[in-house]
Amino acid sequence: MMILFNYLIFPGFLFAATVGLIAGWVDRKVTARIQWRKGPPWYQNFVDIVKLTGKETILPEGAGITFLLAPYLGLLCVVLAATILGMTLIFPSAGFTGDLIVILYLLVIPAIAMMIGAAASGNPLASVGASREMKLVLAYELPFLLSVITVIIKSQGAIRLGSVIVHQAASGPNIGSISGISAFIVCILCMQAKLGLVPFDSSEAEQEIMGGTLIEYSGLPLAIFRLTKAVLLYTTPLFLIILFWAGNLSAGSIIWKYIALLVIIILIKNTSPRVRIDQALGFFWGKAAILAAAAVILALAGK
Amino acid sequence: MSHKIVIPIGPYHPLQEEPEFFRLYVDGEKVVDIDIVIGYMHRGIEELSEHNHFDQVPFLVERICGICSHSHPNAYVLAVEDILGGERNVVPERALYIRTIIDEMQRIHSHLLWLGLAGHFIGYNTVWMWAWRYREPILDMFEMITGNRQHYAMCKVGGVRRDIRPQDIPILRKALDELVPVIDMFKGAVMDDPVIQARLKGIGILNRQQAIDWCAVGPTARAAGLDIDVRRDEPYGVTDRLKWNVIIEKDGDIFAKTKVRILELYESINMIRQCLDKLPEGPIDADIKDIPPGEGIGRVEAPRGECFHYVRADGTNRPIRHKIRAPSYMNVASNKVAAVGGTISDAAITLAAVDPCYCCTERTAVLEKGSEKKIMNGFDLIKLSQEKTEKIRNNKDNRD
Repeated sequence: MMILFNYLIFPGFLFAATVGLIAGWVDRKVTARIQWRKGPPWYQNFVDIVKLTGKETILPEGAGITFLLAPYLGLLCVVLAATILGMTLIFPSAGFTGDLIVILYLLVIPAIAMMIGAAASGNPLASVGASREMKLVLAYELPFLLSVITVIIKSQGAIRLGSVIVHQAASGPNIGSISGISAFIVCILCMQAKLGLVPFDSSEAEQEIMGGTLIEYSGLPLAIFRLTKAVLLYTTPLFLIILFWAGNLSAGSIIWKYIALLVIIILIKNTSPRVRIDQALGFFWGKAAILAAAAVILALAGK
Repeated sequence: MSHKIVIPIGPYHPLQEEPEFFRLYVDGEKVVDIDIVIGYMHRGIEELSEHNHFDQVPFLVERICGICSHSHPNAYVLAVEDILGGERNVVPERALYIRTIIDEMQRIHSHLLWLGLAGHFIGYNTVWMWAWRYREPILDMFEMITGNRQHYAMCKVGGVRRDIRPQDIPILRKALDELVPVIDMFKGAVMDDPVIQARLKGIGILNRQQAIDWCAVGPTARAAGLDIDVRRDEPYGVTDRLKWNVIIEKDGDIFAKTKVRILELYESINMIRQCLDKLPEGPIDADIKDIPPGEGIGRVEAPRGECFHYVRADGTNRPIRHKIRAPSYMNVASNKVAAVGGTISDAAITLAAVDPCYCCTERTAVLEKGSEKKIMNGFDLIKLSQEKTEKIRNNKDNRD
């Protein structure tokens, strides 16, 4: 019963979605102010979700149950990740060995769900979007994993989030070292790609492929995808905080660290154009991977 | 070759608000061929024009395009004045200067508009909003001088319809002075940004020979190294009495097109300043009564390139033939070579880089919060807009 409560209410679905939607509003509001616009009221994202759930779900011809179930797959997995991370923060000793690896897998699944749904819709623009999403996942996973390996090395081979936190509490946050900060920078860029934000939003590029992966979605499934994005906006920065920045884990400290990461996300989003997918691939496999590999080597050297 | 997928851009697409249809044949992400279908916006302007008298036609032709809404009437009145013996022999001096001022102000607002849209097309919405924000003061200047943000209705056969009042000149100068640092900022932000360079350099190349073959005009041609500009080659208004440069770039890619447009902003500001310095006193209208039989042509360098009008008169008060060739007609066709070979992402910006003509007209109703009650209808909005125009004109007066 407690597990169900944790999964559905706190720190799982309800809490994560609420924080994610409010963070999404902060993003929209700050973006609007940067662009000399007024921006929406704080409840706008909630209203959007509610409105979408009430809209008709249009099923493209030839699209089957996969098309409808794909959004739920993404949401279930990302909420599970949010729950595990939240529980780890509350009780660092509560995790299980290997939960770090599980989180890594769970955070890939929203992207995979999006690809499955897009491919099932049978729309050529959606398939272009899906192929871009796939290339993007292949691109950012390499430096992302290398950065996480840096953290594992620094925590003496621990693959349990609790141990990572305990280790940082003892010997200072990972971000304080050269290898840690390099891996952290790489992770922030990967996070931007994971969240599908500019400059790495080419799978949804409105001006090129009209929403790409999401083009055929409407009504409730679209709302689920939006919720998935919102929960992801809560989960991914939290994951980064645990990995790199977990010296002091009081509630206030987590909140300001989260806000700092959010500001970085918004700034990157508003000061760069969208890159082509081949440029994204080149960037992640080139500069980002090299920096991450350097971080691994430095971590092995104890820096 | 593997099988080709068709990616449609248009007739309705978030990329280009106007209905144009590009059929991209793609192999993976690569564009291997492109079909261009235009003609969704045919409004029969030429035929309509033959049913209106000479003084009504400028109002009609300025509605061809919401952005070049000075170029079309200007080219038309040049064509009619060509029948009368040439612009210089008919139109008073002061009117010539005013025509050039409005023409260059239009170029500034059009290029800023394009810059914003180009930012939007590559997903850089901050550039979009900023460019459009700094375009607002220019639109305010238009409102102050002509009474309208768009559709200025300044040109008439034999002169201009409205004078520039002496008290408006310092305000206009101030607006131009404030614009220069803004353009400096855009020049830095757009041309020095490595990511923008990565997106725009070497993309959508239209080389010199292709520009000639496809009859490209305006900034599209000048970016390809083609040294053409109607303002210099066949001067109208007072463009030959001013010191300015035709901006030429060699590369022919999107980056060169952007650069040409940004640098042209400086030239336009420079030209307006010189016009304001030299603005002579005198009448603004020659008060033409009759148009003799004959035929004439008018060419104008619109922000997008050469705009051409042909008019034939038979001694009555209506043109019996009016032929129009707008610049986008040639530039859009050049996409056939510019967009093929790139990726879909490149195609989106390449198609937009020729600055195809956009027309924005919006209808609004203001509702009371929480109810269906309309608190403003169309007429109220027109009244509101007229009040704002008055406010701009009066406030600026008081400020001096």
